[in-house]
Amino acid sequence: MSVVIAEDLHLLREGLVALLQAHGFKVVAAVESGPDLLAALLRERPDVAVVDVRLPPTFTDEGLQAALEARRRIPGLPVLVLSQHVEQLYARELLADGSGGVGYLLKDRVFNAGQFIDAVRRVAEGGTAMDPEVIAKLLARNARNEPIGRLTPREREVLELMAEGRSNAAIGQRLFLSDSAVGKHTANIFAKLGLAPSDDDNRRVLAVLAFLNGKQAP
Amino acid sequence: MNRRTLAALGHATGLLGMVIIGQLVGLVMLVAVLLSFLLGLVFVLPSAVRLTRATTGAQRRLAARWSGVTIDEPYRPAPPPPRPQRDGWYRDGRNLYKTPRVPAFNRRLTWMVNDPATWRDLAYLMLNPWAGGLIVALPVLLVAAGLPMLLDGNMLGLLPAVIAVATAPVVIPWSLRAHGQIAHGLLAPTEKARLAQRVSHLARTRIDAVDSQAAELRRIERDLHDGAQARLVAIGMTIGAAEQLVDTDPAAAKALLAKASEASATALRELRQVVRGIHPPVLAERGLGDAVRALALDTPLTAHVTVDLPVRPDAPVESAAYFAISELLTNTVKHGGATEVWIDISHQGTTLRATVTDDGQGGADPERGTGLQGIERRLAAFDGVLALNSPIGGPTTAVLELTRALDSVVPPLARWKSTTLGVCWGLCWLPMIPQGFVAMVMKLTGAPEKSWFLALHMPEALQWPTIVGMIILGGGMLATAVTLTNQAKRDKVDR
Repeated sequence: MSVVIAEDLHLLREGLVALLQAHGFKVVAAVESGPDLLAALLRERPDVAVVDVRLPPTFTDEGLQAALEARRRIPGLPVLVLSQHVEQLYARELLADGSGGVGYLLKDRVFNAGQFIDAVRRVAEGGTAMDPEVIAKLLARNARNEPIGRLTPREREVLELMAEGRSNAAIGQRLFLSDSAVGKHTANIFAKLGLAPSDDDNRRVLAVLAFLNGKQAP
Repeated sequence: MNRRTLAALGHATGLLGMVIIGQLVGLVMLVAVLLSFLLGLVFVLPSAVRLTRATTGAQRRLAARWSGVTIDEPYRPAPPPPRPQRDGWYRDGRNLYKTPRVPAFNRRLTWMVNDPATWRDLAYLMLNPWAGGLIVALPVLLVAAGLPMLLDGNMLGLLPAVIAVATAPVVIPWSLRAHGQIAHGLLAPTEKARLAQRVSHLARTRIDAVDSQAAELRRIERDLHDGAQARLVAIGMTIGAAEQLVDTDPAAAKALLAKASEASATALRELRQVVRGIHPPVLAERGLGDAVRALALDTPLTAHVTVDLPVRPDAPVESAAYFAISELLTNTVKHGGATEVWIDISHQGTTLRATVTDDGQGGADPERGTGLQGIERRLAAFDGVLALNSPIGGPTTAVLELTRALDSVVPPLARWKSTTLGVCWGLCWLPMIPQGFVAMVMKLTGAPEKSWFLALHMPEALQWPTIVGMIILGGGMLATAVTLTNQAKRDKVDR
């Protein structure tokens, strides 16, 4: 699987390259600035890109803008965005085109190599990987809303993990539930939220995120 | 006479009454001054000055209401109350006092006597009957002028009264305005007083700004010291312990390492919190508009954000505005009992205005909350103000305004305009001077040299028209250049 990395801190960049290579990814480009990133993405068309939000030359949201621009030109290009802080605003922008293949994680998540690699794979396959912090804020904001309030605590847990982008199997593993139990919970959640059920994991996650985001347009 | 004239007449009469009261107060003040300076009865002076200021204060308000002339208070700020020394005594010059009474009195006296506005007030009260007073009394005087004649049975005595009535709609409003202008002359702060007030305001806001800056730094220091720093120490110790155990008890070492990794995640989270408190990342990355949108997304309320900013304000201003809005939002969530909030950020010229409105139950009082006072202090450093309107029962509206927050936007000149401008400025001299005036001189003196002067190469009949045409062309180019430059300047000022 080919991957493009954009990170301006030398140490972290080398660390990411080593980590991804150790897990069988082929790092086709490791760049350190916004314009370089856009050029590399358009040239290499990688299977997935791992991008830091803040990049030179402006040290603003250069990386995010480059990633969004690349996705505009190559629809569905999988991009996993890393940041020192997560903002719902950025998560919305990444999810806005509704085509999946996006991830948005805190840099800390790199510590847990297994989960991080899992997230990269998920994004590369067109899924999503949202940071638990984003999802927690999203749910907190929706907590007062009718349908979310009617979920049982267990269903909320399942919803949280589902919104992070995890598959049914992964959720079952996390919560020590059988596949059929998870399936039952998801069916209940979809019924309570009034969403059309879907067997496709990715589409299901996008529907949930759109529901949570759509509740309150700023 | 219509109602407006009648109202104006009422106002004029009121002013006349004020003039007379003022004259009496002025006399009292004069007596007080003579008593205190000739007989040393200084204790009468402060009361007299207070009376004077109350009277002129009333006149200022009337000038604003009836004459449409706003007059600001010209007085210097009152002196702070005396503070006791370490031993509990109060020092005043070379004397020590047991109670603050005498030093406070002395300070007030010096403050009053040294303020030129005190003497300008007195001058106004004494002189006004002969200036503003006469003007507002004009109609009355006219009528009075005719009275003796009328009493003699001469009907011509009615004439002044008729004139007074006929001219009233014009004269009375004019006399009100004139009175206001005259009052403005002596009652408004002089340029010097205005600057003195400004300086004392700046000194106060500077102290506040420095204080709050220092408090912020202390808070950050404390956060780092108690948070991330302590955690890093713990992580270091845990890793050290794991290092020692790794050979003898790998399982325990592994558990310790897991703990260290967890602690590092916590430390990072705390650092993020600290960074957010110093300068939120979204603000740095996206500017005020998106930072406030991000705030709105994080509140549990339904928030509606509209932003209309042509340019990003300077970073310190942006940060002050952001934290003010953030604090207002926090207040709304905590106390307002609101479910919806509207945030509107707009600009007017170089002023940035942000309005936060909620549908809560209101009753917010800036005197009570330290948060609101903090916002005010923070904004004051940038000449910003916060206005809060929160009637019991709601809704609460907070408006913050930062003047001169935005650089004026200079629209880039249209291409044709800048080209024309360059050509006109650069080349206007060419037709005007050598081809126009110099050629004209050559023609007049009949010099044989033709050189590069176009006109002289023309047939005789066309020579003068060419010269004149060249001068007109050059003048036209110059005029165009000047006009375009002025226009650009005006655009710049308007924004």
